[in-house]
Amino acid sequence: MDNTLKIESTIEEKQYIVVNIGVEQYGIDIGYVDNIVRMQKITRVPKSQKYFHGVINLRGEIIPVMSLRKRFGLEGDTFTDKTRIIILKPEQQEPIGIIVDVVKEVVTLGSEEIDKVPSDGRDDIAKYICGVGKNNGGLISILNIGNVIGDNQQ
Amino acid sequence: MDVSQYLEIFIDETKEHLQSLNEQLLVIEKEPENTDTINEIFRAAHSLKGMAGTMGYKRMQKLTHQMENVFSEIRNGAKKVDANIVDVLFQCLDALEEYLACIQETADEGDNDNEPILKQLETILNGSAPKAQTEASKETAKEPQKAEAEEAKEKYKDFVYADFEKHAIAEAFEKGINVYTITVFVDENCLLKAARAFLVFKSVEGVGEIIKSNPSAQDIEDEKFEFDFSICVVSKEPLEAVLSVIKNVSEIADAIGEKLESVPGDGKTEEGENKESRPAEDEKKPAAAAAAKAAPAKSQTSKPIVNRSVRVDIEKLDVLMNLVSELIIAKNGLVSQSSSEEVSQSQAFNEQIEYLERVTTNLHESVMKVRMMPIETVTQKFPRMIRDLSKKLNKKMELYMTGEDTELDRTVIDEIGDPLMHLLRNSADHGLESAEIRARRGKPEVGTVCLDAYQDGNNVVIEVRDDGNGIDVEAVKNKALDKGSITPEQAAAMSDKEIIDLLFKPSFSTAKVVSDISGRGVGLDVVKTKIEALGGDIEVKTELGVGSTFIIRLPLTLAIIQALMVELGDEKYAISLGSIQIIEDIPVSDIKYVQTKEVVNLRGSVIPIIRLDEVLDIESSNEEETLTVVIVKKGDRLAGLVVDKLIGQQEIVIKSLGKYISNSKIINGATILGDGEVALILDVNTLL
Repeated sequence: MDNTLKIESTIEEKQYIVVNIGVEQYGIDIGYVDNIVRMQKITRVPKSQKYFHGVINLRGEIIPVMSLRKRFGLEGDTFTDKTRIIILKPEQQEPIGIIVDVVKEVVTLGSEEIDKVPSDGRDDIAKYICGVGKNNGGLISILNIGNVIGDNQQ
Repeated sequence: MDVSQYLEIFIDETKEHLQSLNEQLLVIEKEPENTDTINEIFRAAHSLKGMAGTMGYKRMQKLTHQMENVFSEIRNGAKKVDANIVDVLFQCLDALEEYLACIQETADEGDNDNEPILKQLETILNGSAPKAQTEASKETAKEPQKAEAEEAKEKYKDFVYADFEKHAIAEAFEKGINVYTITVFVDENCLLKAARAFLVFKSVEGVGEIIKSNPSAQDIEDEKFEFDFSICVVSKEPLEAVLSVIKNVSEIADAIGEKLESVPGDGKTEEGENKESRPAEDEKKPAAAAAAKAAPAKSQTSKPIVNRSVRVDIEKLDVLMNLVSELIIAKNGLVSQSSSEEVSQSQAFNEQIEYLERVTTNLHESVMKVRMMPIETVTQKFPRMIRDLSKKLNKKMELYMTGEDTELDRTVIDEIGDPLMHLLRNSADHGLESAEIRARRGKPEVGTVCLDAYQDGNNVVIEVRDDGNGIDVEAVKNKALDKGSITPEQAAAMSDKEIIDLLFKPSFSTAKVVSDISGRGVGLDVVKTKIEALGGDIEVKTELGVGSTFIIRLPLTLAIIQALMVELGDEKYAISLGSIQIIEDIPVSDIKYVQTKEVVNLRGSVIPIIRLDEVLDIESSNEEETLTVVIVKKGDRLAGLVVDKLIGQQEIVIKSLGKYISNSKIINGATILGDGEVALILDVNTLL
């Protein structure tokens, strides 16, 4: 990708919620986020997809919750008091929760600060990432929410 | 005149009339001499015409007018019902339905004149014209309207007099005052009939007194009349003078009348009643008020109470239902609070909680009932469909329906029509054999298609049954092998039932498989998808050469059910109370094995045991001597579900798990318990 070309195009700024999964940082477009809640009792749903943890009751609504770790094929979750469930509400779709290890901060990234994701060996995760943002020397993988919540694993 | 506010009523009522016409025509096709039905048809056609005219739908009015003429010929006995007439009349109904659909969408009837149908109607009418003319009058009336008018002109003879009216007439005679009965014809192009009628009343009152009118003054004021009405006038003036006063009112086409020579007797009344028995009945009440003072009566109270119902938007009911759901969740929370707290609660508190439970349960039931509609609203169009299919496919068949009054949730009713239609078509097209094959098999010539609906616990079952060919399992298997949907090894291992289930797979066209009649793919997969979307399921029972039965099972309610809460490991599940037969404690030693599957012999019936912990992947360390088994039923099949512990009965609100989680349908929803925890609802129908 030609970097100079990118700068010439219109620069958009977006806010991202930065979360930790393991040691890596991921960014979620704040437009998708409806709510962030503490870890609570999740009711397991038998025979569901492996990466679904189950369902929770959020103010009278049943919301399915998936584990990003399991979605990315990482080792199982260990819940701490920093574990959070981020409730996403994509347009025209039902809300869904994703479990993250830590919610760190909100950052503003311009589109020029986000590079297209290098397509190296980690194909499994690559499809869930739509770019890598740079912030204070750290790298933030921007999640492709559509793919994360879409049922396209098999 | 602004009629838009009446549009909705017009559409609803027209639908009703069309439906009734459809039904009655089917009856009359079989019993051409049934006078009750003929009268019923005539009335429906007449009202349709009137309504269309009032709303200004000229084409519709024209068509119904011609239909009415045909019916009136039939009613007079001038014309006999035959297959041709019925066919044309059915076409008329279709055309009217088209108009209606058009009106529903655009508030306009469209510009299809349906000339061919009108022509056909005219041919029917002309065929009988000579007879009608000789009876009616010497006027060489080509126009059928005239024929009708001739009949109608005698309307003033149809008067039915109440006692006090007879008294008034007698009194007039005593005083030597003339009594006239007059029929007034309003110009057919007149827009404000009521206003014209009012002017007629006014001007007649200048020369005499109106003691009676037909229809009643109230009805005339409400424009509830065609283009004529009759009045009974007491006047000192000669008849001609009265008539000319009436004719002077603009847009009055004609007025005819005669002088009454004697007080109308009972004999005459009876005669009148035969013809106009219905209006006469209606009249007695309003006429009492109206006749005293003939000018349009002011009394609103005399209006007949027809229907004490309110039309409510289904969305409002949904909102109401959601609120009830929330109330029940809140109530469950309160209940669990009250039971978890220590002994300190007062008795009064518990009583109030129980009271609250009763009220919410009743509230829920009432709201559910409001949403319920008889399945009849869907099935009533089927007899007509089968008749048409019978003609089209050239097979003789008869549709028998039972349980049309079975009630279902409105949302289900809206959706179930198409699947049922699919299945009926299927039965008619692919199920029933041709007449020759039926004869060879020794079956009656007329094929039978049955549609039975009934309630079974918390489910409503709809069966579509035919006595046709049944499903050829081998043919289905071969077809599946051809298409490569199954391997030969799979095919060998599959049971008949599993093979038949292949029919419900998408892209599996049954057309060539089950019968030689080519046709479009039947779309059984669509039927199945739709029914499953409604929370129901479908299965087939079939016997080759004898017939097949499609059994649809739908949940009675979509939102709130009574359920048994059970515990498995540390998880809680709900089982719909409607499908539970009995709960048993069964010693482990009683469990036998049949084909390596666990069964138990319970009072003579062998019931398969389902270990829920295995089905639901729960690690259970339950090694007790006695198992708690919940015996559930689906249709006539039973199964025992092994659970760890029973919690109790509870009213639960069904919530969807959403689209993200896909599981093998053993869970059909979730519910929120009193303490805010989520419990899953087991779908017993898929477990069996």
